[in-house]
Amino acid sequence: MSSLKIIWNVFAKDLRVEWRNRETLASMCVFGLLIVFLFNFAFETAHEENLRLLPAILWVAIAFAGVLGFNRSFASERENACLEGMTLAPVDPSMIFVGKMLANLFFLGIAEVVMGFAAALWFNVSFLPALGELILIAFFGTLGYAALGTIFGAIAANTRMREVMLTVLQFPIAFWILMLSIDATGNAMRGDPNGDWLGGVARVAGISLVFLVASFLLFEYVLEE
Amino acid sequence: MHPQDQITKPVLEVRNVTKFFGDLAALKEVSLAITRGESALLYGPNGAGKTTLLRMLASLARPSSGEILFDGRNIERDGTQAKAAIGFVSHATFLYGELTVRENLKFFGSLFGLSNLEKRIDTALDLFHMRSRSNVFARDLSRGLQQRTSLARAFLHEPDIVILDEPFTGLDSESVKNLESLMLRLPEQGKALLFSTHDFDQGAALARRLIVLRAGRVRYNGPLAGAPLDDLGIVRSAERVTDE
Repeated sequence: MSSLKIIWNVFAKDLRVEWRNRETLASMCVFGLLIVFLFNFAFETAHEENLRLLPAILWVAIAFAGVLGFNRSFASERENACLEGMTLAPVDPSMIFVGKMLANLFFLGIAEVVMGFAAALWFNVSFLPALGELILIAFFGTLGYAALGTIFGAIAANTRMREVMLTVLQFPIAFWILMLSIDATGNAMRGDPNGDWLGGVARVAGISLVFLVASFLLFEYVLEE
Repeated sequence: MHPQDQITKPVLEVRNVTKFFGDLAALKEVSLAITRGESALLYGPNGAGKTTLLRMLASLARPSSGEILFDGRNIERDGTQAKAAIGFVSHATFLYGELTVRENLKFFGSLFGLSNLEKRIDTALDLFHMRSRSNVFARDLSRGLQQRTSLARAFLHEPDIVILDEPFTGLDSESVKNLESLMLRLPEQGKALLFSTHDFDQGAALARRLIVLRAGRVRYNGPLAGAPLDDLGIVRSAERVTDE
């Protein structure tokens, strides 16, 4: 069977499971909104300061909402050992990884749109002048982050303190994606005077693709006990 | 290949397999072979290593040392064909609670790349009398019905090798009879059957070969008829009743 079909089946299954229980997306959005709201409440700043703080606030919200989502994503796999059940099939485990990673990317992407709207409203900023750049940064940053979340989610799923383990495992490595994404988002929002927005996007894309490829190659070994 | 060779040549072969969990050796230099058309009962007390062995045969775990071959090929290096040929039922049901019985079978069937999937699903559901519950969510099923769905999943791709770890768990008497008759038919169809159960008499009625595991080692591997049950410490329930 074609790899694309396997990826689609895994992706569609995750969407269907989420549609039925509506746990992952709802908790990600609510948690992300809470973080953005709390920061907005804590910092009553001028417009210039908002532009400086908002990239970090948004990526912190994305990071924590993501962890919540990755944990939920593997909760349904953990129940009745479904992840193991998938590995009984004669398919490349990397295809299972891609399917699950795309589902995580999709859910986190929706949560980011919700958080983005709320942030624009509460912090009184507009993303429209740099929308194209921001979409690219958000896409590549989230891609790398979702790849790490998927592989570490699979590792943590088989540990006792799985919620804690995912955070402890993921953040030290995801730090690099988050740092570059915050920097690139800030430059794009402020309107980088050097016009180096493409360099920012390229750096986020580069590191995300490195983590994506590494996660893709290592997933097979993660599935083994 | 001569048809007779196909029957006598091992389809699954375990060679000097040892499995460690930390410092604990769950299996110690286990060697055995399964041929097509035979039914083997894997028997032993709790902690003997039965589940570990069956999981390794189903490619869910790797040996610490030794190798497992499917049709002469190491399944660690090339497990795709072995996976396509094996149907496995374990203690876990591998079912998504948020999907219906049919959706679960459809998902797993799609991973096997099966053609005529809807027809195969209907056949598997009929085999375990689950057609009327095909649109029920797996989470709403009782343990016994989940087990029947899990069995339907394992038989969906018509596997050549059927590996069942405690398959009667949670089943009512009618379902047990149904599964027993299915297991009896498998060797006649040229398929290999390897299963474990704690009820020796029930297992003995379904198998021709006995493999006894104790403390991770194979204590007996041969025909069930004439096996030295007393030496192996196996007490048949009829004798148990008489003793009491």
